[in-house]
Amino acid sequence: MLKINNLHASIEDKSILKGINLEVKPGEVHAIMGPNGSGKSTLASVIAGREDYEVTEGTIEFEGDDIEELAAEERAHKGVFLSFQYPVEIPGVSVTNFMKTAINESRKARGLEEMPAKDMLKLIREKSEMLEIDRKFLSRSLNEGFSGGEKKRNEIFQMAMLEPKLAILDETDSGLDIDALRIVASGVNKLKSKDNAVVVITHYQRLLDYIVPDFVHVLHNGKIVKSGTKELAHELEAKGYDWIKEEVGA
Amino acid sequence: MDLKEKLVSSFLAFENSIDVDAYAHDVRTDAIKIFEEKGFPSKKEEAWKYTSLNSVLKEDYSVFPKQENALEYSDIKKYFIHDIDTYKIIFIDGKYSSHLSQTTHDGIDVCLMSAALSKPKYQLIIENYFNKAAEKDSLSALNTAFSQEGAYIHIPKNKIVEKPIQIIHFSTGNESATMLQPRNLVVVDENSHVQIIERHQSLTDNPVLTNSVTEIFANKRAIVDYYKIQNDKETASLIDNTFIKQKRESLASVHTFSFGGKLIRNNLNFYQNGERIDSTLKGITIIGNKQHVDHNTLVHHIEPNCESHQDYKGIFADRSTGVFNGKVVVEKEAQKTNAFQANNNILVSDKAAINTKPQLEIFADDVRCSHGCTIGQLDESAMFYMRSRGIPQKEARALLMFAFSNNVLESVKIPELKQRITKIIANKLGVNIGFDL
Repeated sequence: MLKINNLHASIEDKSILKGINLEVKPGEVHAIMGPNGSGKSTLASVIAGREDYEVTEGTIEFEGDDIEELAAEERAHKGVFLSFQYPVEIPGVSVTNFMKTAINESRKARGLEEMPAKDMLKLIREKSEMLEIDRKFLSRSLNEGFSGGEKKRNEIFQMAMLEPKLAILDETDSGLDIDALRIVASGVNKLKSKDNAVVVITHYQRLLDYIVPDFVHVLHNGKIVKSGTKELAHELEAKGYDWIKEEVGA
Repeated sequence: MDLKEKLVSSFLAFENSIDVDAYAHDVRTDAIKIFEEKGFPSKKEEAWKYTSLNSVLKEDYSVFPKQENALEYSDIKKYFIHDIDTYKIIFIDGKYSSHLSQTTHDGIDVCLMSAALSKPKYQLIIENYFNKAAEKDSLSALNTAFSQEGAYIHIPKNKIVEKPIQIIHFSTGNESATMLQPRNLVVVDENSHVQIIERHQSLTDNPVLTNSVTEIFANKRAIVDYYKIQNDKETASLIDNTFIKQKRESLASVHTFSFGGKLIRNNLNFYQNGERIDSTLKGITIIGNKQHVDHNTLVHHIEPNCESHQDYKGIFADRSTGVFNGKVVVEKEAQKTNAFQANNNILVSDKAAINTKPQLEIFADDVRCSHGCTIGQLDESAMFYMRSRGIPQKEARALLMFAFSNNVLESVKIPELKQRITKIIANKLGVNIGFDL
C-alpha cells in the first residue's frame, strides 16, 4: 500500500529526513517511535503532502503510484489521512460543515455525486456516537476552544467519517487522559480492517497497549535505525532511547 | 472643459429642465456655490489621503442623461432580491422606471424624490428634513445641487413595514460615460421599523460615476436597517454619502457589502441626537484586480448612554487597495458611551494594500471605547489542515475567507438577502460550495 524508498526531505535547506525506507501493507499496523527531533512528525507531514517540506530525493508510492508530487488534497482523495499532532483551530467553520465539504469534495474528485443530506446526517450521528462526541460539539467552530483531548477525539471522528485507506496518527496520545485514550484507541481499532493500514507515531509506548502494532520502527536523526515487533516498544519504554543512540553510534 | 466646470455650467440648464420648487431651488443654488468654491476633493485633504479621484474624474461624463432606456424585468431580475415580496423603487439612467417599480402610498410613502420635491403635500417633510443631515462637503453639495431623483420614503409613526424596500439604480450607458447624482430621503417616525436594500448596477462597459446622497432620519424608538450591495462592474465607480440622524432610543444599522466596482468611497456618518441610541456599521469588502474600496466612517456621540458598533472585514487580492478610516467622536456630555470599532483585513497578494486608521476623539471621561485593526494573511497551517482532509486549495481558501467575514453576515436580518450575499461571495471567490456554517 505505502512504499517509501530512500526518502530525503528538508525544510528551508535544513535536511530532516535522510533516507527513510518503509513498506506498509494492507491490514498492518506500524508504529514509528523515536526521540524528540528525530523527524517523526516531518515524516507524517511529508507523506500527507505539506508543502513547507521539500522532497530532495527518493519516492513515496501509494498503491503503486508516486504521490510525492501530488497536492495534499489529491493524496487525501486517494485515501491518505493524517491525524494532526496539533489540530488547527478554524473559527467560523463548524465541524459539521467542514466534514460535509471534505466528504463532498472527495466524492467529487472520485466522480461521485454529493452525498444526500440525510445520509450525511446519519453518518455524522453514527460516527460521533462511536467516539462519544456530544452532538453540541458538531455545530461549534472546528477545534476552537476544544481541550487537547477533544481535539484528538475530533481527529479520529474525521478519520471515521473519511474512511481512509492509510491513517497516520501523529502523537494522537499526547494530551489525552486515560479515558480519552481508550475511546480514541477503540475508535481506531473499530475502523481497522484487512484492507486499510495504520501508522502510529508516538513517543511513548502507552498508546501501543491499545493499538497493537505489527511492526515497530525507531527513527533517529532522520533514519529508521531499528525495526522489530511490539516487544521493541516495551524495550524502549524500559530503557529509553539512549541505548539506540549508542548502538547506532550517534 | 474639466468635469467641475462642466457641472457648474450645466446647473442652470439642469434647473430649467425640471419643475422648480422655491425651497429646493434655494437649497440647490446654495449647494452649487459650495461645490464651485471647493471643487472635487484632492489627496491633499486628510480625509482623501489614500483615495484619488483623478482616474474617475477624467472621463467626459454626460452629467444629466436625458432618456430612459427600456429594460425588461426578466433581463435584470438577477439584480433583485426576487424570492420575497418587496417594494421597489427602480431607476434607469437616473430616471424613474414605473413599470419596474412597486411603490405605495397606503399608510406609508414609498415613492419618488421628484414627486416629493414638487408636490405640496410633501412640502412639510421636505422643509424639515431635506438636506438637514447632509454635510456641506463638496461632493454632498454637488449632489444636492443636482438633486432631483431618488427614493423618498416616509414611514409615519407606529408602522412596521413588513416588506423590505429595494432601491436599485441601473445605468445602461447609451451615452459614452454617465454621471449620476441619486438622492434618497428616508424619514422613519416614532416606533416604526423599515428595512431597505440599495444597489447601483451598471449594465454597460462605458464608465459610470455615481455620486449618491442618502439622508436617513430615525426618530424616537425607530428601527432602520439599511443594506448596501456594491457589486458593480469594474467600469463603474461610486461615491456614497450617507447621513443618519438618530433620535433617542432608535436603532439604526448599515451593512455595506463591497465586492465590485472600480472605485468605491463610502462616507458613512451617524449622528446621535438623544439618549440610549444604538448605531451599527458593518461591512465586508472582497476585491481584486485594481479595485479600490474606501470606508470613511463617522459616529458622533452627542448624548449619554449610547452605543455604537463597527465591524469591517476586508479581503484584498491582486493589486487591490482598501482604506478604512473610522472616526468616533464622544462629546463631553456623552457619558457612559460604549463605542466599539474593529477592522480586520487579509491581504491575499503581496501587491494588495490596506490603509487602516482608527480616529478617536473622546471628550467625556466615563466611557468605554475600543478599537482594533489587524492585517494578516491566510493561515497556512489551516490551509494544509483543510487540504489534508480533501478540500482543494481554492475551496479551502474560500472557506477560510468566508469564515473570516461571517460574523458581519450574522446580523443581516433578511434571510434571503443573507443567502444572496453568500452566493455573491462564493461567486467572487470562484467556488461552488455552500457556506451554511
